[in-house]
Amino acid sequence: MKPLIKTEGLYRYYGDHCAVQNLSFELYPGEVLGLLGPNGAGKSSTLRMIAGNLAPSEGSVWIDGVDLQSDPIQAKSVLGYLPENPPLYPELTVDEYLRYCARLHCVSNDVMDKALSEAKQRCGLSEVGLRLIGNLSKGYQQRVGIAQAIVHNPTVVILDEPTVGLDPIQIREIRSLICDLGSERGVILSTHILPEVQATCSRVLILHRGEQAYAASLQQDAHQAGNCFLIRLAKPPKLDSFTALPGISHADQLADGHYRLHLENADTGSASKLSEQLVQTGWGLEEFISEQPGLEQVFVRITTGEQGAI
Amino acid sequence: MILTIAARELRSLFLSPLAWSLLAVMQFILAWLFLVQLENFGRLQPRLVGMENAPGLTDLIVVPLFGNVAIITLLLIPLLSMRLISEELRSGTFNLLLSAPVSIFRIVLGKYLGLLGMLGIILLISTAMVLSLLAGGELDLGRLAAGLLGLSLVLAAAAAVGLYMSTLSAQPGVAAVGSYGLLLFLWLINLATGAEGKGSALFDWIAMPTHFDHLLSGLVRSSDLIYFMLCIVLCLTLSIRRIDSLRNRP
Repeated sequence: MKPLIKTEGLYRYYGDHCAVQNLSFELYPGEVLGLLGPNGAGKSSTLRMIAGNLAPSEGSVWIDGVDLQSDPIQAKSVLGYLPENPPLYPELTVDEYLRYCARLHCVSNDVMDKALSEAKQRCGLSEVGLRLIGNLSKGYQQRVGIAQAIVHNPTVVILDEPTVGLDPIQIREIRSLICDLGSERGVILSTHILPEVQATCSRVLILHRGEQAYAASLQQDAHQAGNCFLIRLAKPPKLDSFTALPGISHADQLADGHYRLHLENADTGSASKLSEQLVQTGWGLEEFISEQPGLEQVFVRITTGEQGAI
Repeated sequence: MILTIAARELRSLFLSPLAWSLLAVMQFILAWLFLVQLENFGRLQPRLVGMENAPGLTDLIVVPLFGNVAIITLLLIPLLSMRLISEELRSGTFNLLLSAPVSIFRIVLGKYLGLLGMLGIILLISTAMVLSLLAGGELDLGRLAAGLLGLSLVLAAAAAVGLYMSTLSAQPGVAAVGSYGLLLFLWLINLATGAEGKGSALFDWIAMPTHFDHLLSGLVRSSDLIYFMLCIVLCLTLSIRRIDSLRNRP
């Protein structure tokens, strides 16, 4: 399958500061790729380079097989891009603005009305078509920004922090819109909100100081067995009595009666064995939760672990 | 595509009070000057009757008025042109154009045409005022046409300068100051005189009024037309290069 986006050895320097280094990845149709990273990790710079907004210092970008550097017009024609700050003209109405964006992206006049109403409907803007963008709330402006990115029905959608400034209901709507878009085309989004990645992305790329620090497909992550368990006990014993049990490397007390147990090596049967042991001790087991090695731990490990080393 | 950008530019201009207030103030000042010239002409008329080859309405009213239009518009152009690119850079809307499948050449040309549209309206209202003289007198239409051509070229060249200045900074104010500086410089550069009290030929050639005065006096010379064309093409090319390098900005 031909990748929708392919980057190879992307570098971007701002003066001496290297914002993105040696980034290579691919995005295939039907995928939602999440770029995750702390502030200043190079997420926006990466997206801007893919959108043709920023020239890479080194490396190349292909969009749908077309080199962005040598044939930018052709490459950009399949792109929809929502920058960090939605590029809105406050003096225009939503309809005027979307019409202008569609024209810029060569949407022909016969399908214009259909494209407009579809984009508005998908982003929940049908009611506000005649209102001035400047008078809309931040959340609605963000939605206009997203509508602008999809109005010309692009095959690649690039969204830079799409849910900033939205309320929880709108966030859910936008997430389902992103999943929806991802089922037919390729979506790449950046965020620093972990649950957002878990809710929408099929693949995640964690950036740290401009470098790719972690890449995984999220489905396979969920099947990994955890080696941590959260328990609650009615009659808690002393902390060191946990390590006396076989297989437990160490235990932390989280709160009164709440503990986290770390196993030495986790396999498929370890959870049932541990629970049997705990019941037999007679400490009054009330809760037993297997802690998934979630993205959050990976994220925290990558972003703080390295800082600790420096 | 070029027209889409130009139309949006013009539309945004007229959606803000800026364009309307500029046109209103401009029209008021021009009307005042026009009436003053008209009254002077009325006072001079008895003396002109006896003269052979006496100056007519065109010499005494149209030419000075067009000269004034040029100067007033030069003062207004930086206010109109500063928004073209600067403001879009500042508000981030320029990203929309950069990620759209539109070449930079078309972006620049679209913006330029948008500004020319506004200047066209200014030309239209000043020409309409002059043509009202036809109701009670006779005009030298050939000279009027030459003057109008000169005026359009001056405004078009000034607009190109303003456009280039507006690509240089994300601060519209800085862009406006830069345009004022460069336009005034181009207007006044031949005031400098050498030791013998004669102006330098080079400075004379660079100065806009030299070329504009030829056209106002009814003299259409290709060298003057080439001067204005050079000025426009140079500024537009510089703007294209500048925007292209914005993608490489550190």
